[in-house]
Amino acid sequence: MPAPTLPSENPAAAVVSPSGYAIEFDNVSIAFDEKVVLDGISFQLAHGETKAIFGVAGSGKSTLLKLAIGLLRPDSGRIFVLGEEITHMPERELFELRRRVGIVFQESALFDSLKVYENVAFRLMEERISAEEIERRVREVLRFVELERTYDMRPSELSGGMRRRVAIARAIITEPEVLLYDSPTGGLDPVTSNTIVELIMKQRDVYKTSALMVTHRLQDAFTMATHQFDQTTNQMVALPKGQHCEVPMSFLILRDARVIFDGDGHQLATSRDDYIREYIS
Amino acid sequence: MALELELISPFDVAKDIALAVQEYTLLSAQSLANFFRRPLYMGDMLQQADLIGVGSLPIVILTGLSVGALLALNAASTLQRFGGVTLIGQLVSLGMVTELGPLITGLMVAGRNASGMASELGSMIVTEQIDAMRALGTDPTKKLITPRVGATAFMLFFLTIIADLLGLIGGYGVAHLLFGVDTNQYWTSIWQILVFRDVFTGLIKPVLFGFIIATVGCYYGMSTKGGTQGVGRSTTQAVVAASVLILIVDFFVTKLIFAIFGYR
Repeated sequence: MPAPTLPSENPAAAVVSPSGYAIEFDNVSIAFDEKVVLDGISFQLAHGETKAIFGVAGSGKSTLLKLAIGLLRPDSGRIFVLGEEITHMPERELFELRRRVGIVFQESALFDSLKVYENVAFRLMEERISAEEIERRVREVLRFVELERTYDMRPSELSGGMRRRVAIARAIITEPEVLLYDSPTGGLDPVTSNTIVELIMKQRDVYKTSALMVTHRLQDAFTMATHQFDQTTNQMVALPKGQHCEVPMSFLILRDARVIFDGDGHQLATSRDDYIREYIS
Repeated sequence: MALELELISPFDVAKDIALAVQEYTLLSAQSLANFFRRPLYMGDMLQQADLIGVGSLPIVILTGLSVGALLALNAASTLQRFGGVTLIGQLVSLGMVTELGPLITGLMVAGRNASGMASELGSMIVTEQIDAMRALGTDPTKKLITPRVGATAFMLFFLTIIADLLGLIGGYGVAHLLFGVDTNQYWTSIWQILVFRDVFTGLIKPVLFGFIIATVGCYYGMSTKGGTQGVGRSTTQAVVAASVLILIVDFFVTKLIFAIFGYR
């Protein structure tokens, strides 16, 4: 299914930090009630790259995303986002930085007291942008996720897949430099999942947005590693076998609170680690 | 099957209480400090004022009328013995304006709104809406808590005035219809007995009670843990804590005002 076009498509809109990585974790650990959830996690996310994060339930994937946007603080280690260290950054300064980062929560986390357009426009309303400009951009981004008809609806009137797409619209409306997806296709049917994967791929290939994507669905990540978004046909196309490494896609696997794999698709496919082989089989 | 009992150390309990008091104090201080930091969410404050003020009006009218009438009825049964039924107005006036008006209104609004705030914010916590708000670059204490604190303190002030007035009307109904107290005498005695200290006491309390209701409701809402069951727990705890705190603060405020202005 071809992805809809965002009228103001402007690949140059993706701003790249002058140096360093989009996100960098340096020996990060966190525990809840003495249960260690992440233990000495280190990895880097390059600008424009999408990194899929795998791990069994409870392995700390969502915690990792919350650490990356400063919703949680690590017990030790350092976290850098867009060149700035956020480990001990005051909440007020974090609010400023978060305007450059978008996040899609596992259960969408739409504000149920607000209508769809108010949800999507939330950040723009906070920035006191004119009502006409807000309406134009909300309609544009809702068209991008194929949900313009839901403009005046309440989140409770939407299906799970529609809520997820509205959450994506809310995350991308300000054209963030980094996007964090927490199980964006979890619990959705294959057709809706495919649409969402295509939207994420479009963000990666057209807008060059850096992204961390937590997922349980290996096939989604492999689709992203073996396909590329084609702007001319406005849909994703499969890459020839030898060109899979050309897309900025990597994989990170968590096990027992530690990173056991961090590399590209080829390295993952050729890994000799028994656990990884079993995981991807 | 052996029954396993987990013993909780008193030290841990004390630590939890100290932590809760610290968190509540921080949240309260932050909600006040936000009044001096932009943006001030006036739209949200007006919406909350409508919910809390207009929404609580029927219950405040009913309780104000009944408490005033009951106060007059009870006062009359004692005063009749001394032939002082004409003093009903003074007793109703003092009782309603300084004590029962603010207290009953505070407790009623606590029951209605502290629970509402705790359940609304608690639901937002368990569905990650608060995290989403923070992730979208908005401070939830500024957007959600400060408007509730401002609106509750502001509206409780006016609701108490309404409750006082209706209490006096209820008292008049009983005094005039059941005990034949003259209309002019009743309303004149009400006016004459009140001094600045009484009116000041009666108007400062609702502002404090409003602050307590909103901060306690929001604190329990924001500290909700454990899904929908946790939301229910927070709601109950918020009403109990707000009501108890209102009664305790009422005692100390009354004592403080007596200490400042002196007894009659």
